[in-house]
Amino acid sequence: MTASVSPAMAGAKGAAQDRQYLSFVLSSEEYAVDILRVHEIRGYSAVTPIPNAPAQVRGMMNLRGTVIPVIDLRARFGMEGAENTKFSVIIVVSVGARVLGMVVDAVSDVFDLTAQAFEPPPELGGAVDTSFMTGIAKLGERLIVLLDIDRAVGVEDLSTLGEPSAASA
Amino acid sequence: MSSNDMDVMEFFGVFMEEADEHLTTLEQMLLHLEQRPGDRELLDLLFRAAHSIKGGAATFGLLTISEFTHKLESLLDALRDGRVQVTASLVDLLLRSTDLVRRAVSDSANPMPPSAFVQLETALAAALAASELAPSAPAPAPAAAEAEELRSYRVEFVPGRDVFREGLDPVMFLRELAGLGTIESVALDRSRLGALDQMDPDSCVLGWSLVLRTSQGEDRLRETFEFIADSSQLVIAPLDEVAAAPTVDADEHEPAAAEATPAEAVPAIAEPAPGSHPAGTSAVGSAKGEKRPAEAPGKAAAEPAGSIRVAVDKVDKLMNLVGELVINQSMVVQAAQSQSPDAMARLMRAVSDMERNTRDLQERVMSIRMVPISNVFNRVPRLVRDVAAALGKDVVLEVSGQETELDRGLIEKISDPMTHLVRNAIDHGVETPEQRIAAGKSPRGTVRLDAYHQSGNVIIEVRDDGKGIDTERIRAKAIARGLISEKTEMSQTDIQQLVFAPGLTTAEKVTDVSGRGVGMDVVKRNIQALNGAVSIDSQLGRGTCFRISLPLTLAILDGLCVRVGSTTYVLPLTSIVESLRPRPEQLRRVLGRGELVVVRGLSLPMVRLHERFHISDAVTDVGQGLVVIVEYQSRQIGLLVDELIGQSQVVIKSLETNYRKVDGLMGATILGDGQVGLILDVQSLIRSGVSGAEGGNGARTREEHWT
Repeated sequence: MTASVSPAMAGAKGAAQDRQYLSFVLSSEEYAVDILRVHEIRGYSAVTPIPNAPAQVRGMMNLRGTVIPVIDLRARFGMEGAENTKFSVIIVVSVGARVLGMVVDAVSDVFDLTAQAFEPPPELGGAVDTSFMTGIAKLGERLIVLLDIDRAVGVEDLSTLGEPSAASA
Repeated sequence: MSSNDMDVMEFFGVFMEEADEHLTTLEQMLLHLEQRPGDRELLDLLFRAAHSIKGGAATFGLLTISEFTHKLESLLDALRDGRVQVTASLVDLLLRSTDLVRRAVSDSANPMPPSAFVQLETALAAALAASELAPSAPAPAPAAAEAEELRSYRVEFVPGRDVFREGLDPVMFLRELAGLGTIESVALDRSRLGALDQMDPDSCVLGWSLVLRTSQGEDRLRETFEFIADSSQLVIAPLDEVAAAPTVDADEHEPAAAEATPAEAVPAIAEPAPGSHPAGTSAVGSAKGEKRPAEAPGKAAAEPAGSIRVAVDKVDKLMNLVGELVINQSMVVQAAQSQSPDAMARLMRAVSDMERNTRDLQERVMSIRMVPISNVFNRVPRLVRDVAAALGKDVVLEVSGQETELDRGLIEKISDPMTHLVRNAIDHGVETPEQRIAAGKSPRGTVRLDAYHQSGNVIIEVRDDGKGIDTERIRAKAIARGLISEKTEMSQTDIQQLVFAPGLTTAEKVTDVSGRGVGMDVVKRNIQALNGAVSIDSQLGRGTCFRISLPLTLAILDGLCVRVGSTTYVLPLTSIVESLRPRPEQLRRVLGRGELVVVRGLSLPMVRLHERFHISDAVTDVGQGLVVIVEYQSRQIGLLVDELIGQSQVVIKSLETNYRKVDGLMGATILGDGQVGLILDVQSLIRSGVSGAEGGNGARTREEHWT
């Protein structure tokens, strides 16, 4: 796209393109994840809270006999908490060997990402953590943040979730 | 593995399993044999086990194993016939041979070089040869002298063309020859072998040239060929007088063998006898060997690891139960759809039938996974024998409760910790005979294994009557290692628990058996990983008892559901002592020690689950809630909960699979309403509860409660 794209970025770009993405809404912003990582989308049902868990872990839910954690992406991204609505859903994704659910406000659609629509993560300076983004998709007027799901709700992340620094992230 | 036959390889896993079983039998029987040398039945069992391994190995082309086992079998045969006497060193030799075969079998994917077998092979042959002498030599003294002198002979044996027609089998003679000593090399003489179209299967056209190392004289060798000598060319000559040193060593043999061995390799011996069956024992051998694949299809062809053999009737019963369950289910559906007035009653009945069936099914499925603990205990006699011998101690092993059943998964994982505890008992526990006599005990120490069920757990005890644990020394060591401070006040029990701390050993010197201080902490960790616990009870001068407590199975738990706030938690039923609603005078708040609840004169630390777990919508007034007294390893605490919901069996699901370990929880489960319930980890709650109550300083037991 631009001359300043580093080789690593180009690799990420290559990996992020020509795939289908599932987009969803979080607090009026749009995000998307690689659809190959999505197992299923479920209506929101009550979860069992885990003692002493950080705010972004809502609790555990029963996925047909398997107990999986449910991550609150709003809390994860430090957004204002919102009440669950009838549009709230849980997107079940796989991260490494784990399966987990993410609560989002609503799912929007599935789109194909083309090279033209892709932009690398913006340089927002050190104050803003962009590590969980692989880039941004521009679809007409819409700007959709492409999530690096391993970083956003990744395994390393889960193992440090109990620590205060991660909890307040 | 030389066989490429896929059909056969399919059963390789079965062979591995069976070989393992046979080897275990061998080992056990050998240990018994030492006690009861003349027991014919034992000897038969031994022989059959060795024989089965030989047959199996040959079927799968594991020639080194089958040949070695053949030699083992020959010696066992001699034992059976009373030609060889059972001695400790002979049992040693046989045990070492068993170990070698075990190693070879378990690693049969990369076969060991034949040289790995040579030493023991020679030793086996020597033991056999020593005995062969006994009947022929009337005076034992010269026999013994002669037995030590091994000599090599060159034997050239070319049977006449007509031997088959005379009803003679050359292989028989070779076999007899092999029984006299060690055949070091065999070369096939096929100079008389004509073209294929001229071949007459009834004619013997082969000859052999071999080097035999034996303690027998030349005459005895000639005697072997007595019946066939007339029609054959036979040359027997001493090969090398110098090589007849009494010590036998693999390296010494190789040159001699190489010199005498042309291109033909050893396995040729049985092959060149077309149409003629080897006589005697080996006929049984090949028959059994051939039968093996035929009997195998009934069993699941599986990987060497991770298969279970299940009795057919157990499977039949399961099938029956599943059938009933299907009928039950359709009854439920019918009753639910029915409009008739008694539909509800019928539904209830159908559901209760279904409940009973389901429970039955669950029990039976679990019983398939249950195996007696003798699987672990059986390995211990050997261990005791070896370790005691290595340390120069006299130890007798007593075992009881080996029929106690345990989940298969647990059996596999408990074996190592058990081994460690037994080693420890012999090394650190039992004293040397001199020390024992000085202490006024019998010189022979005892190690006792016990297994039994207790309140839903399996308890395994490893007990010795040795010197016990010197708490003063442990304390000093722990202080030296910085594990505790000099000021720490500890009870005897707590000090004894320190042996599980990493890096602490009570051994004065490090032996290769134990004493490096790694191990006991690993033992404890391994057992805890199985939801089990290990405790120690020791009396100085009297002995030590390690008590392992394990759940019956890893998968299912009898639990009591309790509610805290809006969340349901499950408490393992086995850890619950009682539950009560305390009166105000039973509650005490001690400065810096948290809350206590006094139950029948015992002051127990009380943990408010809602505080511990930061649950906001729970009952905080003790008068409104309930206190459940839970116990772990004779320590008790009270847990404050909102209410009891009821008892149920729950299937344990791991939290770690998709999340991570959570302090205070041992897992999760799916409750009747489909919601996730969390299973409380009583052990860690007690640990934190007690240490919290004491300001983080160790723990106390119930017996020594404070006032």
